[in-house]
Amino acid sequence: MSDIKIRATLNGDETTVKCLMSHPMESGLRQDSNTGKIIPAHFIEEVICKVNNEIVMTASWSSGVSANPYLSFKFRGGAAGDPITVTWKDNQGNTQSETDQIKAGSRRSQI
Amino acid sequence: MIDAMRRRLLKGSLLAGSAGIAADVGLLSSRQVLASWNQTAFQSQNVPTALTSLLGSETTETSDQIRIKAPDIAADGTVFSVTVETDLDGMTVIAIIASKNQTPLIAAFAFHGSAIPFVSTRIKMAETADVVAVVKAGDRLYQNSKRIKVASSGCGG
Repeated sequence: MSDIKIRATLNGDETTVKCLMSHPMESGLRQDSNTGKIIPAHFIEEVICKVNNEIVMTASWSSGVSANPYLSFKFRGGAAGDPITVTWKDNQGNTQSETDQIKAGSRRSQI
Repeated sequence: MIDAMRRRLLKGSLLAGSAGIAADVGLLSSRQVLASWNQTAFQSQNVPTALTSLLGSETTETSDQIRIKAPDIAADGTVFSVTVETDLDGMTVIAIIASKNQTPLIAAFAFHGSAIPFVSTRIKMAETADVVAVVKAGDRLYQNSKRIKVASSGCGG
């Protein structure tokens, strides 16, 4: 199980993927208000997005991406049922991956 | 048992992913753009160094074919939405920069295969500044920017 939520919707020949990840995205600059200690940097460095096991997008991030990151991207040529896989890796070596399937959108394909 | 297998699979797919990126980028440039997390680019405190390290050049041309959708005023600098789209032919990379953040390079997205030149995410910004989108298309870099007023800071306590 991962904390990544993926929604991939096909409209016409365009698939829109929206995903939410669960991560603190700490910059390493903030102080803990109780202890006064610096909170160590902890953020996602890389995200890999695949469709049918082929990479469509890779992202490299700094801690300037907000906590619990949101990411949306689009591609052509997907079909309902095709698997979408989103994998992230953070600066502390943790990694998560999730796969979901493309769903047909409400708008019909116009050919 | 299942966990161990899953971890192996995951590791395998990450490795395969990196190799794939390296191979793709090799065709475009000798530099391994985005092949692995670029520490120099992401830890740089100025934009020219970050761009040179990430994309091989700091020279950009302003283009209105890059569209940035973001709020005029961010009530909360710790989270606001930024969407970048472009019509530029041969687009391979979109980078998002918050010009006044301590480390300005926020994100770089490399597009492959059937990807459409569009990306949307949420970012943090320390103070009122320009959000700059840099697009690599062919061998050239293009940019556009949007001023965003930050009402309450995204950095510090």
